Amino acid sequence: MTIALERSVETDAPLVEVRALKHVYGKGNGAGLTVLDDVNLTLRPNEIVGLLGRSGSGKSTLLRSIAGLITPTSGTITIKDMPGDDTAHGVSMVFQSFALFPWLTVQKNVELGLEAQGVPAEIRRKRTLAAIDLIGLDGFENAYPKELSGGMRQRVGLARALVVQPSILLMDEPFSALDVLTAETLRTDLLDLWSEGRMPIRSILIVTHNIEEAVLMCDRILVFSSNPGRVIAEIKVDLPQPRNRLEPAFRALVDDIYARMTARPTVPAARDGNFPGTGLGLALTHVSTNTLAGMIEAIAAAPNDGVADLATLARELQMEADELLPIAETLQLMRFAEIEGRTIRLNPAARRYDAADVDERKQLFAQHLLAYVPLAAHIRRVLDDRASHQAPATRFRDELEDFMSEPYAEETMDAIVSWGRYAEIFAYHEDDDRFSLDDPA
Amino acid sequence: MVFLSSDRLNAGLLARFARREFAPNRYDVIALVLVGAAAVLVVHGATQMNLPVATLRTTPVVLDPARLPEYALRSTLRMFAAIILSLIFTFSVATLAAKSRRAGLVIVPMLDILQSIPILTFLAFTTAFFIGLFPHSELGAECAAIFGIFTSQAWNMAFSFYQSLRTLPPDLEEVSTQFRLSSWQRFMKLELPFATPALVWNTMMSMSGSWFFVVAAEALTVGHQTVALPGIGSWLALAIDRGDVRAVVWAVVAMGAVILIYDQLLFRPIVAWADKFRFEMTASEDEPRSWFLELLQRTRLFPRIGRPFRAIVSAIPRLPRLGSSRSVAANPALELWFDRLWLGVVFAVAIWAIWAITVYVHRTLTLADAFSAFGYGLLTFARVLILIVIASLVWVPIGVWIGLRPAWSQRIQPVAQFLAAFPVNILFPFVVMGIVAFRLNPDIWLSPLIILGTQWYILFNVVAGASVLPNDLREAAGIFRLRTWQKWRDLIIPGIFPYYVTGALTASGGSWNASIVAEFVTWKHTQLQAAGLGSFIASAMAAGDFPRIALGSTVICAFVLLMNHSLWRPMYRYAAKNLRLN
Repeated sequence: MTIALERSVETDAPLVEVRALKHVYGKGNGAGLTVLDDVNLTLRPNEIVGLLGRSGSGKSTLLRSIAGLITPTSGTITIKDMPGDDTAHGVSMVFQSFALFPWLTVQKNVELGLEAQGVPAEIRRKRTLAAIDLIGLDGFENAYPKELSGGMRQRVGLARALVVQPSILLMDEPFSALDVLTAETLRTDLLDLWSEGRMPIRSILIVTHNIEEAVLMCDRILVFSSNPGRVIAEIKVDLPQPRNRLEPAFRALVDDIYARMTARPTVPAARDGNFPGTGLGLALTHVSTNTLAGMIEAIAAAPNDGVADLATLARELQMEADELLPIAETLQLMRFAEIEGRTIRLNPAARRYDAADVDERKQLFAQHLLAYVPLAAHIRRVLDDRASHQAPATRFRDELEDFMSEPYAEETMDAIVSWGRYAEIFAYHEDDDRFSLDDPA
Repeated sequence: MVFLSSDRLNAGLLARFARREFAPNRYDVIALVLVGAAAVLVVHGATQMNLPVATLRTTPVVLDPARLPEYALRSTLRMFAAIILSLIFTFSVATLAAKSRRAGLVIVPMLDILQSIPILTFLAFTTAFFIGLFPHSELGAECAAIFGIFTSQAWNMAFSFYQSLRTLPPDLEEVSTQFRLSSWQRFMKLELPFATPALVWNTMMSMSGSWFFVVAAEALTVGHQTVALPGIGSWLALAIDRGDVRAVVWAVVAMGAVILIYDQLLFRPIVAWADKFRFEMTASEDEPRSWFLELLQRTRLFPRIGRPFRAIVSAIPRLPRLGSSRSVAANPALELWFDRLWLGVVFAVAIWAIWAITVYVHRTLTLADAFSAFGYGLLTFARVLILIVIASLVWVPIGVWIGLRPAWSQRIQPVAQFLAAFPVNILFPFVVMGIVAFRLNPDIWLSPLIILGTQWYILFNVVAGASVLPNDLREAAGIFRLRTWQKWRDLIIPGIFPYYVTGALTASGGSWNASIVAEFVTWKHTQLQAAGLGSFIASAMAAGDFPRIALGSTVICAFVLLMNHSLWRPMYRYAAKNLRLN
């Protein structure tokens, strides 16, 4: 492919400009879910930019808006530098799920985009084989995706995206469905191809929730807050490639990003504060009680002794930031722990919890749940007041939807059901969707 | 001829033949013989169809076993024509329903209703029309029969295709959109392949059900209009008329052979081939296989035949993309207004239709007739329900027993499918002879006929369900020494339930349809009737009393819809919600 030539004529003019992007999902009456709010982004030639955030921060929505798969509610997206006018779009995309057609061979899968452009068969074949060759898939041309390992499948996804010679490559968590070793190999191969200038692309935009991956690959990282998704930090990564995870500068940067991702009011005060007295507007994340217990035990255990650095803890537990943070925040919400900057500190109650047996743990959890989670107290109060000691769950769901959009209400209900069951403060019956006080005898 | 020619093109061809690149191998020879024979038969059968109607009168069906293969061929071709029609219907109507929300609003409930209208009713009403269309040719009667068979196949095929189109994998849809595939490319690369396994399965089910109607449609009398098309069905009708037991046995043998050949040469290869379109990223454990497909694939010639087609397909100009139903509406208020208008029009047409039917029926019938039709409906309803229960009590334990033994289920499964496809109306004469000989009460003893052909759906679905019961659950049941009833209550019944519901639903739909034939049977000059909606319609058909046929069919349709929506669907939903394994 004639890529080097293309890259030699580059200027510093931005390839993609996103201005004041806002996207609201769902209901037309304005009660929808705002996933992106006032997002600005400039993508310049020769850089890899990472979009980092927790699930629900709208980073995938941003990527899909740039790919033209979603029409955002408002704002502008300008994609410049279309290579030639016959190509449809200067962008191409790699998917988290690989998105390969199981009934097409590797070669046919890669050819897909070219066929859509109406490229003649002979040229199509040549370019396809070149892309397959480039990405290290030669020999697999006639294999079907189901015959390949995950890593090989994502290589097909990559070849398919590259063969249409886009100037911008969009990657949606491309390595998160792979095991650690395979992901590492693929990342390194991609970075090699990039630094050697063997790919036609001039810029990469990658969505990830893995902080280390972002620091390993990107020249610039945009950190997103969630609900609604906003850019809360822009971090330039000046470390030379290839980067080493063990280098102190690398570690410091990862720790710094952890701190930025946690350095915000963990309890969304705006929604909570608007409705004093009830506190029902508090959206909960469904974290299993086993996980909460495990987290308390891990922080209380030997080297940590009740105080832990979040980034270190994540490494110890082999968790991503977006898995760890909701657990930490739930502990903070129930006053079992405090988060300061990037350290988490257990409260005395959590230490008691750590030492207690099963029944005492449940009692302690029930006390904290009723005291600090207004919805739990509310449900319990309603059940106590009623003669039948029963109440349909839809009633509480409706109340929640006054304060938050449906998906959040759904998740909040899931969380309260599972915590309430563990604490034995009420029972929930899935068959007819109702709460009750009776013990399942 | 190629071999004698000296020009360079042919010499080149010859050389390639010589290099064995193109040269046929022995598989080519076998395949060529089979395919060539099929082609000759198709051409022969098709020319026969267009003969003037006078020929039909002068050369009626003769009960000569030597002619039977030809009759079987004619029946098979009818089936074939109907399948092609059904596929065309499926691709056009189901696609329209899936792509256009407004069309879908009408088409989906319409299919639901069409599915519950007894097939013989379609025949009764369209026969006159088609015969009038081609008054001087056999083609009219031929069309009527083919249309009847079509109505027994098309609806569930269209439903299956519609459902596939509505559940396309979102990531593949995104890829197609991102690469800007044209609608044709999208159809060929994404929609059709994704829908293929379900569609093939449904086509097979449709075919199985429709042999019954092939037999019924070939010899049909509606009032003074008589259809008698050369085929196994009319052979059977003649045999019944003459009371010729030997001829009935011949019909049974011929039908069995036809279904077997159809299955081996057409459907098994297609099922085996469709396996590659399953939307799974893992290879299936026991892939369906077909000796005929393997034979074709081993030939040198046949894989090449596809090439020009593929070239044509990819050369089809890029059609403009149909509006994506997902895109945000330009103006929600306007959209809503259009929706209301559209629904208003649809309702108006529906009300007009009801009014028209009422007026038509009311011309000759009174409210009392409606009540009596409803009463007969209850009788047939009771019959269907009781027989489904009895069939379940018999076949569920047997199906589970077979399903839990893989060696058995692999052998029994095709037999059960064969039995489900076998048109039981061929066997009715034997039952009539029995009832007459033992002087039995037809109201009771004709009843089993309505489930004779459809009970097999219960069997093979239960076998399928039992054979996929997770091994770990079975082992757990073994370790904890669950007692028999406890094992059934906690493991087997919940495990097979979704499969059982599918089987019972199909069986009940088929039974309603079969009642028209089963509650009104003849043998020579003996005519037996069981009181019920089926015989109500059948006798109306014999008398050419169209208002009565319309009334009876509407009542059947109402009963079937009622049963589907108040019994089977809730059971389905319950199974989907509570009895999912995994």
